[in-house]
Parts: sequence; structure tokens; C-alpha cells
Amino acid sequence: MSLSLDDVQRIALLARIAIDPGEEQTVLDGLNRVMELIGEMQAVDTTGIEPMSHALDVTQRLREDVVSEVDQRARYQANAPAVENGLYLVPKVIE
Amino acid sequence: MLNSSLSELSAALAGGKLSSVELTQMFLARIARLNGALNAFITVDEERSLECARRADAARLHDAVGPLNGIPIAHKDIFCTSGVRTTCGSRMLANFTSPYDAHVVERFAAAGAVLLGKTNMDEFAMGSSSETSWFGPVRNPWDTTRVPGGSSGGSAVAVAARLAPAATGTDTGGSIRQPAAMSGISGLKPTYGVVSRYGMVAFASSLDQAGPMAKSAADLALLLNVMAGFDERDSTSLEREPEDYARDLDKPLAGLRIGLPREYFSEGVDTDVAARVCEAIREFETLGASTVEVNLPNTRLSLPSYYVLALAEASSNLSRFDGVRYGHRAAQYRDLLDMYCRSRAEGFGAEVKRRILIGTYVLSAGYYDAYYLQAQKLRRLVARDFAAAFGGCDLIMGPTAPGTAFPHGANTDDPVQMYLNDIFTIAVNLAGLPGMSIPCGFDSRGLPVGLQIIGNYFSEARMLGAAHRYQLATDWHARVPTETPL
Repeated sequence: MSLSLDDVQRIALLARIAIDPGEEQTVLDGLNRVMELIGEMQAVDTTGIEPMSHALDVTQRLREDVVSEVDQRARYQANAPAVENGLYLVPKVIE
Repeated sequence: MLNSSLSELSAALAGGKLSSVELTQMFLARIARLNGALNAFITVDEERSLECARRADAARLHDAVGPLNGIPIAHKDIFCTSGVRTTCGSRMLANFTSPYDAHVVERFAAAGAVLLGKTNMDEFAMGSSSETSWFGPVRNPWDTTRVPGGSSGGSAVAVAARLAPAATGTDTGGSIRQPAAMSGISGLKPTYGVVSRYGMVAFASSLDQAGPMAKSAADLALLLNVMAGFDERDSTSLEREPEDYARDLDKPLAGLRIGLPREYFSEGVDTDVAARVCEAIREFETLGASTVEVNLPNTRLSLPSYYVLALAEASSNLSRFDGVRYGHRAAQYRDLLDMYCRSRAEGFGAEVKRRILIGTYVLSAGYYDAYYLQAQKLRRLVARDFAAAFGGCDLIMGPTAPGTAFPHGANTDDPVQMYLNDIFTIAVNLAGLPGMSIPCGFDSRGLPVGLQIIGNYFSEARMLGAAHRYQLATDWHARVPTETPL
């Protein structure tokens, strides 16, 4: 199945990636090339095959529900583009 | 010293022939001289490396130390290092310094190894040529007009050009084995779950696995002994008894059954590559192994299956880069949504964006069964192929990649042409099996050819043993690249 320019903008919004109108066609061509490769698997009959979600059949470990981390807010926020009083700053969301 | 094995370096340090500081200075000097041409390292912090070396020298005076104490190791820039920036080859993380160390980094530090620097790579490990890094392409020391393979190309070149005695890499679809092959070194991707993913920037979590890159199989065994082990901070880390990966190094090859997949010797494989691989397999026969033909009929289908699963997982993993908590934030934006979209548009390169978009599409409403579920079913078929093949052999051998190192820019216009480089490596990740690449000769241009060895689950020691016997009988792994003589 081939994608259209409309698809590109729809997917880009879902992925939160801005695509300028000038690069749309290049992006579309690249996506369609990969979708062509992916399309090869549609021809295979996989009726009755159990999907494999993980390399090894292991069960998830559980742990006690106790606090294991110490507060390192300042260290973590040192990488943030904008912080104030321990809060992450973003543009105003509610007018 | 630059061309010495890890055991030789270890013995020299233990015998007081040189100090870790002197050894580290030797490699730092070579990096200073050659990295401008090769671009193998993104970050080198000489002062910090020498401080590590001084600590290792001091520890040796009053403690019993392990074999890697004082030996410099380069880490792929995908492993978080507290106090040294971790970029993942991306503008998104160009100024990111992790608050903590990755498990692999902790392990090497605890073993007394010296952090030599952070190596260049394809952005977010998404590539097969090490050309997509925000910090510029890596160059192959056998021919600097060519790529070193990828995504762990910086680590491969650091080892190949003798800028580092050993390095770490990660392998989601071939990113340790393919650059090892194209750069003429040895590299191992362990069984999924053997090495902790904690602190390793995630690409496709059900496929990502860290592993060692070095000049020889014997060196890989020493490195894996340090890297492997249970870590509760990685939910897929396996709780197993520790094992000595060097235990089979002296085991003779008599009785070893090598499976040769018909699909790995078909059309599309460069004639020189096929010839060198066949010669290597004959050498294994001379050493006492026998061969048997096996079938991996879903090899070709592993490619579309992988590109659905890996990109779906990537689109989810990379959604964390939002320009809020860390990473690049655009300077200009209208509102919060626009800030996300512009920060990600500016922070990610073209290939990373392409992969996120495909991953987002295959997971979007209405397409799940057609793509993701179908790909998971094919993954089962691929894993079953290997299970059937290992019913009749101990190890599988074939080429690591269909061709040798290609010129810069040769595959950048067509993503699928680039993806085909991994046709023989990605099935191993889908199945979660261990795989390695060792040098087995050169093509007519003098470029290295890699032999891939695939083992059953947890057979790393056997694979390393077989590779070591081959390396005792040949010297391909000891050759130094033509453009970076000692």
C-alpha cells in the first residue's frame, strides 16, 4: 500500500514531528520505499502462527512496592531546557 | 603495545612493565593524531581518563585486581556515562550529560578499566554505515573514502585503527557484527538478556543487546566476562549463574558440526566475500570440524518483519524526546504542540525521523493486525527456522554482510539498499540468539571480510572457543589497517 502526501502530514502530527511543505515529497518517497519492503510480508500465510513478542519465554519479575530511588531532582533538571523552582517550564497550555 | 591483546596488556601491567597512566597516554596520543581523519570518537576527556588510570595504578598497589584493571576501553556513545556527555550521535542529545552510569559502564569501572572516550555512531543506532551522526561520518581505516559499517562504526574503527584496545557496542539488527566485519575486527552480540540494557539509550527494546568489540575472540571473552550478568534495573535481564566465557578457548574443534545455510550463499553475496567465507569454513574443517547444509527459508522475510517491529518500538521509545525534560528544544514555536513538533524536527536527523514515522504509521489505528501482528508471526517463523537448524548442527556460519565496506554516500539515497546490508544479521536479533563476526580475509580491493558465527541460546563460550581456534591458525585478526600503520 502506497502512502499519500495527506498521510505524511497525518502521521507526522501523530509522531509530533514538523515537516515543512518543501520536504514533504522527499519524506513521502522515502516512506513509500520502506513500505514497499514491509509490504513483502503481506503475501505470507501466517494462519495459526502464534505471534512472538519477545526473544525469550520468560515471565516478568515483580518487586516489592517500596520506594527504591532517592530524590535527585536538581541533578535530573540540570539537563532540562527550562526549569523554575523545581518545575519544568512549557508554553502556556490554558488561556 | 598498541597491537597487544588484552591478556598481554594485562600481563605487562601486572608485571610492572608499564603503568596504566603510560598505557592510557599512549592511546590518547594516537587518538589525538588520528581521530581528525577517522572521526571515531565524539568525546575524549583526557584528564578524566588519566584520573581513572591513576586510580587503577593505585589500586594495583594494595588490592587484588582483575585482568582489565588499568586497561583503556572506549564506550559507544549510546551508553550513559555520569559526568561525560552522552549524545547517541544526535543533535537531540548534543548537550546531554547523564546523571548516572549505564550498567555496562559501571561494570567496566568496577573492573578497574579506564574510560578512554565515547565513540561515534549512526544517530540513535539507526544505520549501517555510521554516516548519520550529527557529529559527522566515521571513516574506515582500510580506505578512508569508505564507511566502516554501522551503527557501532566508531567503536569498530577505534579498535581497528588501534586507537583503543577494546570497545563496547550495541546490536539491534547487526550493529556490532556488520561494522566489525567491514572494519576487520571481532565483535559479539550475546544472547538477548545476557547484558543489561540499563543506561543504554533505547532503540528497539525487544532486540537491543550490548556486546564487546575487540581484535580477537580471546579478548571478547575477557570483556564479556565483565559485561554479562543479572541487573534488576533491566526488566529483561536474565537471572543466570555467572559463567566463564573463556572456558572453551582451549577446546579442540573435533566433533564440532557447522551448519551452512543455503540462503546465506545465494545471489546477492559479493563473490570475494563468498570465496573468503568458504576458505574460512575449509580452515575449520582442517581443524577438525564437519559441515552440514541447513535451511533458513525465512531469511528474506526477516527484513520486513524487523523493519516493522524495530521501527514500531523505536517510535514508542523515542517519544520521550519532547524538548521538556532533556534534549534539544526549538528556539521558535507557537504553542506546546508546535514546540514538540519543531524540537523533534530539528533534533532528529532524516533517517531517525523516517523510522519514527514508519513506526508511528504501523501502530496507528486500523493497521495493527496488518503490520505489527503479522511481523510478530513472521518473527516466530524466523525463530523456528533456527531451532530446526540447530537440531542438526552446533554453530551456523556464513557471511556477516553481503558485501565489504562501500564508499561514503553510496547508499544514502535509498534506505532499503542500506537496510539490505543487514540481511544476514537481523534474523539473529529477531530470534534473540548470540552472533559474532571475525575477520576472515580481504576482497580484491584489500577491504576486510567478516565471517559470521551464530550459536544457539547461551552458547557464547562455544562460539568464542571456535573463533579462537581459527584465530590461532590464521592471522587475519592481527592485520593493521593500511591507512593507520603502527
